[in-house]
Amino acid sequence: MSELDEIRIADRKHIGLAEMLKGGVIMDVTTAEQAKIAEDAGAASVMALERVPADIRKDGGVARMASVTKIKEIQKTVSIPVMAKARIGHFVEAQILEALGVDFIDESEVLTPADEHFHIDKFAFRIPFVCGARDLGEALRRIGEGAAMIRTKGEAGSGNIVEAVRHMRAITSGIRRLTTLSPEELMTEAKNLGAPYELVRCVARTGKLPVPNFSAGGIATPADAALMMQLGAEAVFVGSGIFKSSDPARRARAIVQATTHSKDADVLARVSEELGEAMVGIETSKLAEKDLLQTRGW
Amino acid sequence: MRIGVLALQGDFALHAKALARCRSASRDRSTGEASPPVDVEAVLVRKPEELEAVGGLIIPGGESTTLLKLMDEWEFVPAIEKFHAAGKPIFGTCAGLIVLARDVESPRQFSLGLIDVAVERNAYGRQRDSFEALGTAILEGRRVPVTMVFIRAPRIRRVGAGVESLAEHGGETVMARQGSVLVATFHPELTDDTTVHRYFCDLVRRAMATA
Repeated sequence: MSELDEIRIADRKHIGLAEMLKGGVIMDVTTAEQAKIAEDAGAASVMALERVPADIRKDGGVARMASVTKIKEIQKTVSIPVMAKARIGHFVEAQILEALGVDFIDESEVLTPADEHFHIDKFAFRIPFVCGARDLGEALRRIGEGAAMIRTKGEAGSGNIVEAVRHMRAITSGIRRLTTLSPEELMTEAKNLGAPYELVRCVARTGKLPVPNFSAGGIATPADAALMMQLGAEAVFVGSGIFKSSDPARRARAIVQATTHSKDADVLARVSEELGEAMVGIETSKLAEKDLLQTRGW
Repeated sequence: MRIGVLALQGDFALHAKALARCRSASRDRSTGEASPPVDVEAVLVRKPEELEAVGGLIIPGGESTTLLKLMDEWEFVPAIEKFHAAGKPIFGTCAGLIVLARDVESPRQFSLGLIDVAVERNAYGRQRDSFEALGTAILEGRRVPVTMVFIRAPRIRRVGAGVESLAEHGGETVMARQGSVLVATFHPELTDDTTVHRYFCDLVRRAMATA
């Protein structure tokens, strides 16, 4: 053993904040009023952004970090942690969010990427990052860069859970596979995954990611949230699903309940009653490759 | 013995793991003193009736507003008051402390009032102000080193007359006990050190012996 065996991952206090959010719902909000509705409904955290993913998809144009004024208003309004998104590779947006005292930065494929080759060096910041992933290799690359939390990418703004399911299953089956490999197979596996060898060894030994594993991208109903929890998510992000539905406060409360009681079908049936209309969904298999958000980043 | 961990939202799984670690003997790295294995089983509690099967309860870290919302929905408040009235020990960390305190500030919110302290939420600031410190706790008359991880932590602004301060950081109480109620502003469950959880197991064991 030598000091080279040390694996560098995010600080314990940052992974710790992600631990505190477990079993909770993180809700996308675009105004202070929405943030208040989310907090009153039992959100564990809110994500401040300029437009929800469904609108970004519809309106097009460049999607950037939320305005400073808006983030400050939301911070003033709620006592729960406030997250905000920065564009992939846009470390200056991240520096601004850090200066604002945002509690968690989402380096997000939902915004227009600022760098086609490099993600942000997350170790350079005093606040934690969450990053999206479609499979185990991508999750471990982000953890290797310092992410304190991983979430599935899913297909944001689609209201369709199929991509989040695909990504969560890819991550959990990738983890299971690693635990069955012999030590001499791990270097080749690291090469195939495109993931840091030390993190591959760590996951093979422990059978789990070294940071919390949440789900995002397409959750629109209490059943969707419970599905992701039963598939192994430790908490969920809901983007367009709440404020693009007909009764946001009620749906938000129902999704909070469904996330806590994800294995209790009686509770799920009860909270799913009379929720009004869910957001309109998109058949993601009909989306052109260029319209997919999940292929941003690597 | 069985100890419940309120599993509505927060780091309840880490508390269950910490209790599982208490099941094996440990040796203090500095004093070399051995702690014997504790016969404890963690039970995740999501419904009030599940409290009947446990001798103690841990309310974990998480978001106190979310916890209160979910507790309300399931009428946990009367159930926990009854649990406390029966002399069964309760341990709250961070959000768990906020839920158990007599008074809560910034903002003011409902709390169970089972320990006579006033707490201020997020009193060190936001996540960039979260920190780790090595402190000392005084448990059963012994000084023991404890690694303290403070995450968007509350501060105890007033300690009531009947409350015993068990650990301090920067001259302020960060861990306290009043009878069967134990609270900490930091997160012992985030470290490998089981000192605080073993202390709570002992409270539960003694409460069960006298019940």
